[in-house]
Amino acid sequence: MSQHDHEAHSHGSVGSYVIGFVLSVILTVIPFWAVMTGAFDRATLFAVIVVTAIVQIFVHLKYFLHLNFTKEGKIDTLSFIFTAIVIVLVVGLSVWIIYESVLMMMY
Amino acid sequence: MSTSATAHHDAHHDEHHDTGRNTTLGFWIYLMTDCILFASFFATYAVLFMNTAGGVSGKDIFDLNLIAGGTAALLLSSITFGFAMISAYKKNKGGTLFWLLITFLFGATFIAIELYEFNHLIHAGHGPNTSAFLTAFFSLVGLHGLHVTAGLIWITVLFIDVAMRGLQDRTVTRLGCLSLFWHFLDVIWICVFSFVYLMGAM
Repeated sequence: MSQHDHEAHSHGSVGSYVIGFVLSVILTVIPFWAVMTGAFDRATLFAVIVVTAIVQIFVHLKYFLHLNFTKEGKIDTLSFIFTAIVIVLVVGLSVWIIYESVLMMMY
Repeated sequence: MSTSATAHHDAHHDEHHDTGRNTTLGFWIYLMTDCILFASFFATYAVLFMNTAGGVSGKDIFDLNLIAGGTAALLLSSITFGFAMISAYKKNKGGTLFWLLITFLFGATFIAIELYEFNHLIHAGHGPNTSAFLTAFFSLVGLHGLHVTAGLIWITVLFIDVAMRGLQDRTVTRLGCLSLFWHFLDVIWICVFSFVYLMGAM
């Protein structure tokens, strides 16, 4: 039985895929609805899009890619966290540098 | 539910861990490097998206109904691939083939919508050579589309593999790698529709 639980944990079950799917649908519909109805101001829209995107990425990582902190799955999760840090550096610093230089050229 | 079936299952499980585990870990590390590639394309888009050379911006050309359709197709293909994996681990050959086929159809729908969008933009005079914004847009969305196309080819190859040789451990490991690839592309698509389409259209 414990073997079976472990199997279900690392590979996912029908239930966990359905939970992940339902959460993803909700988290996709919210930002599309918010932008397409145009009921919010820009700052709110921006926040809604960023928050739902980040939450949905975590939902996918947990329910579809099965990242976890068990002994066996830890290495996958840690390599992902390392990559995420590199990505924040690549994207964040590039954008920062270029926007600052654009501002300097304009004024 | 017999004990012999359980024992067989345990033996299979150990073997699966010795060889399959290393393969999936190696593939996962490749996916992480692919993540960096996408990140640099996203950074390029973030830097260039305002440089429209006096032409159209995202607000003028993005059709959110179309994108919502593509997103739905990709999301549905994610859960159907999940069902294919569950069938594969249960050694259910028919179920695996059925869900792989459904996944392929949803993936193909996504690519068809993307090709329609690209074709429409290019014929409307908004091709990738028009402005830095459009170059970055076509590169980023096109890179994702190429990955999905590669995934479709891979699904076809493994469909034939499963159909001809059944669900051997090696094949299940390959399906596991494809599963990571497919779900990973869906994560990238979340970033694309959020930061390119939704933010561009707002």
